Amino acid sequence: MRRFSSFRDFDWVLLGFVLLLSVISVFEIYSATLHTKFHGFEKKQLEYLAVGLVLMFIVSLIDYHQLLEIVPWAYGASILALIGVAAVGTRVLGAKRWIKFPGGIHFQPSEWIKLVLVVAVARYFWSLGGRDLTWKDIGKAFLLVGIPMLMVLKQPDLGTALTYSPILICGLFLGGIRFKQAAILILGFLLLVGGVWRTGKLLKPYQKARLTNFINPDNDPKGSGYQIRQSLIAVGSGGVWGKGATKGTQTQGDFLPIPYTDFIFAAFCEEHGFVGALGVLLLYFLILMRLIQNAQTAPDPPGTFIVMGIVAIIIFQMAVNIGMVIGFMPVTGIPLPLMSYGGSSVLFTFMALGIVMNVRMRRFVN
Amino acid sequence: MIEDEKLTAREEKVSPLKLNSVQYVVALLLVVLLAGLWRLQVVSADNYRVLAEQNRVRKVPIMAPRGKIFDREGRLLVDNYASISCYLLREPARDWDADLPMIAQGLHMTVDQIQYVLRRYQFAPKYQPIPLKQDLSPDEVAFIEAHRNELPELETLDEQRRLYPNGGFAAHLIGYVGEISENDLNKEKYAFYQAGDVVGKSGVEATYDAVLRGRDGSRDVVVDSRGREVGQLGQEDPVPGKDLRLSIDLDLQMTAEKAMEGKTGAMVAMDPHTGEILAMVSRPTYDPNQFAVRLTKDYWNKILNDPDHPMMNKTIQAQLAPGSTFKIIMSYAGLEEGVAQDMHVNCAGGGTFFGHFFACDKHHGGVDIQHAIPWSCDTFYYTLAERLQIDTIAKYATSVGISQKTGIDLPDEATGTMPSTAWKLKNFHDKWYAGEVISVGIGQGAVQASPIQLARALSGIASGGALKRPHVILDGQVPQEYQQAILDTYPGSGNKQISLKPENWQIITDAMAETTVTGTAAAVHLQGIDFAGKTGTAQVVNHSAGATSLGTGNARANAWFVGMAPRRNPDIVVAVLVEHGGWGAEAAAPLGARVVNAFVEKQRKKAGNLIKVAETPKPATPLETAAKKEESVTN
Repeated sequence: MRRFSSFRDFDWVLLGFVLLLSVISVFEIYSATLHTKFHGFEKKQLEYLAVGLVLMFIVSLIDYHQLLEIVPWAYGASILALIGVAAVGTRVLGAKRWIKFPGGIHFQPSEWIKLVLVVAVARYFWSLGGRDLTWKDIGKAFLLVGIPMLMVLKQPDLGTALTYSPILICGLFLGGIRFKQAAILILGFLLLVGGVWRTGKLLKPYQKARLTNFINPDNDPKGSGYQIRQSLIAVGSGGVWGKGATKGTQTQGDFLPIPYTDFIFAAFCEEHGFVGALGVLLLYFLILMRLIQNAQTAPDPPGTFIVMGIVAIIIFQMAVNIGMVIGFMPVTGIPLPLMSYGGSSVLFTFMALGIVMNVRMRRFVN
Repeated sequence: MIEDEKLTAREEKVSPLKLNSVQYVVALLLVVLLAGLWRLQVVSADNYRVLAEQNRVRKVPIMAPRGKIFDREGRLLVDNYASISCYLLREPARDWDADLPMIAQGLHMTVDQIQYVLRRYQFAPKYQPIPLKQDLSPDEVAFIEAHRNELPELETLDEQRRLYPNGGFAAHLIGYVGEISENDLNKEKYAFYQAGDVVGKSGVEATYDAVLRGRDGSRDVVVDSRGREVGQLGQEDPVPGKDLRLSIDLDLQMTAEKAMEGKTGAMVAMDPHTGEILAMVSRPTYDPNQFAVRLTKDYWNKILNDPDHPMMNKTIQAQLAPGSTFKIIMSYAGLEEGVAQDMHVNCAGGGTFFGHFFACDKHHGGVDIQHAIPWSCDTFYYTLAERLQIDTIAKYATSVGISQKTGIDLPDEATGTMPSTAWKLKNFHDKWYAGEVISVGIGQGAVQASPIQLARALSGIASGGALKRPHVILDGQVPQEYQQAILDTYPGSGNKQISLKPENWQIITDAMAETTVTGTAAAVHLQGIDFAGKTGTAQVVNHSAGATSLGTGNARANAWFVGMAPRRNPDIVVAVLVEHGGWGAEAAAPLGARVVNAFVEKQRKKAGNLIKVAETPKPATPLETAAKKEESVTN
């Protein structure tokens, strides 16, 4: 017997943290675009946030079990959409990622596939009933995530394709992969990477440069080394207290590349220093802890899987983006969830939160 | 759906342990990220602040005007003029490679030329603007102004450029400036210079570069990532270069330049009391203004391929047989050794030494030292050389600075050559053959000297043995330590006193005075001036003495003359070299006489005494002077 969920069970605390971070994000977008032709993007971001909030409430009303039921169709539709992109997609800066609809609306399927994959993976592992995974089970999981991933990779869009991998890893981990199997997989992965690295050594410098461009062709006009360098200077020169809002010389002087999207954290660190960065990381920590808590209180395993899949994506994107900003990771063009400017990113995050809310609201069901 | 039954069948919870472990992973990850932030923002913050400032603030140089150069009386020789240069900024985050064809067109250059400049500066720091073109024409400046938005990487800079006298006037003395070469950058002297700096390349400009150049200032300009100026933080004013007063007398220099017009050779006038150079001319000359801006290939090739070496400062770099001017040094050696006083030689148009006949250009008959100098009798000096032997001659010649740099404060002075037994052994691994000394006696053979060496040596002997270090700027203009550095950089025989007995001094100086009265230079006798000198006619091709023919073209003999006034303790000495000029008396002596005459006339004009003295004043002899001094002491 399903009790109708109420907004009393809505996670207002989580929403509070998320909105706080979003407000910080809007202010930083305002500052980072102040002296550029992108001035005013903070208002568009506010619009995205408003739409995102509405979407979140709507999605939170949908029973996630219904999502689990329709996910095979959604998965099939996703594959078709990717084929469509490859066939009739718009080529932007050498990469086919978008389907252009009449009326100037651009649709990028690869963003939404993240959500589909989260639900699909949850359904798949639930169907296995928590038994110890066989190699066949693992292989199927790889195929489930790997097919769309390879298709996105071919667009080419390495950044988005990479964000599919934490969904798979999370699923395998929670789905009961045994230590031995995980060890073998990790070992195989390392050997693969090592092999690629070795052939990379054999490559000529210009081929290496091509690889770098492949990783992120549109954001990389002057070489990723230049971007990382400017980012490190921005973060480092912020010091403990920062240079003050709208006073970051790297950000305002246009030295920092795309300071309102991929490098927004660098801009924030420059203007608000280590103290500000500490605050933002703390917010991420609270948000993630709250999400994991929601996963723990989920009424059934697929609920846990769904929330944890979203957690995995957020952790991954946060670690890769901030890692890039502080020089731990290469430039991959992955935005920082809840901070980077961009409609797709905002809408995805809030829809994902909507699903989380639904899982939470059903915690006492059954 | 079949699946539906399965869905409801599974109610197992995911292990809380796993979820907890994810929490630890999140915490660990955030700690790692925080550690990275700590490293950047707390540990290395100062470094990055400096880098951020370097990004944002660019030093734009304000060029210090180079010091002007004046003559000894404060008349302007070298001036500056305002000029605009174009620089290329390589730092902006933009692809300026694609702009090169447009830039090339606007600046009237070729893409190859620009790329050549870029290659030259490829190792310079990226924030340093590189000079693309100097001395822009008004339409080139207009091109840059009009394309500020399309070509933000181009920048103009106001500079001061050198304006040298026209027609290569005193070019070798003054020198010229140019962009520092890669070779020079590696030298210790230029340790504090950087690529693109304009430095003195030769002459006074090179020697006194550190004094003349001053110190460039700079503006701290705030720029955005495209290199556009958006503000200014501070300014360091340039320190202008120090003006220099040369020892050159413009009037005398003009006389000398005129005298040397159309000749190939050199002329140098010096004050033997101080060593101050009064005039310095080398011919052919070049136009240093062509070097101040980028040199055209045509002009460079023309200069480079000229067989008469226009770039060479022949007053200090020509190393040629001094011919008969060397006889003064021979006389000094012979008299001091006590050999020449009583020597009487019968000149029958030459003489036989070591089984060979050596010719003299005349039958002089009976000759003693008093006549050998004015007549320039070769036979006398063959005999003297035979009696002195090479090493004695070399000792005296070296003592007056032959085969030694004088230490003049100009770059690349030549040493010259004075043969001796040791010299022959060292350079030819062979012993000295006694017969070789004969031609040395008349300044031929292996003897080589520059005009400045001869001027200093002969005037030193005429000054009673006081030799001075020649120099081209007036005293007290540069700091003591810099003066010392120049002395160390240009070592030479310098200021020195050689021994010269008064009676020998008198014999030589009287005989040199006689040269312009009844001797070889009688034709250039200056009425009313106590004018002394020695001519020289040095064989070019056949160094063996005695060839009476002058030769023609490039084989024609070099004409020498060293003149001075008055005969003892002269106020001026002039050394003249006319390459392939023929007889020293005809080709060189008149030129030297003109300069000496101009000098004396100017002195008298200054003293308000323009009336020409009908009778050449007869100076007191050194012996009389010595007696007078003793008298005054006893009185």
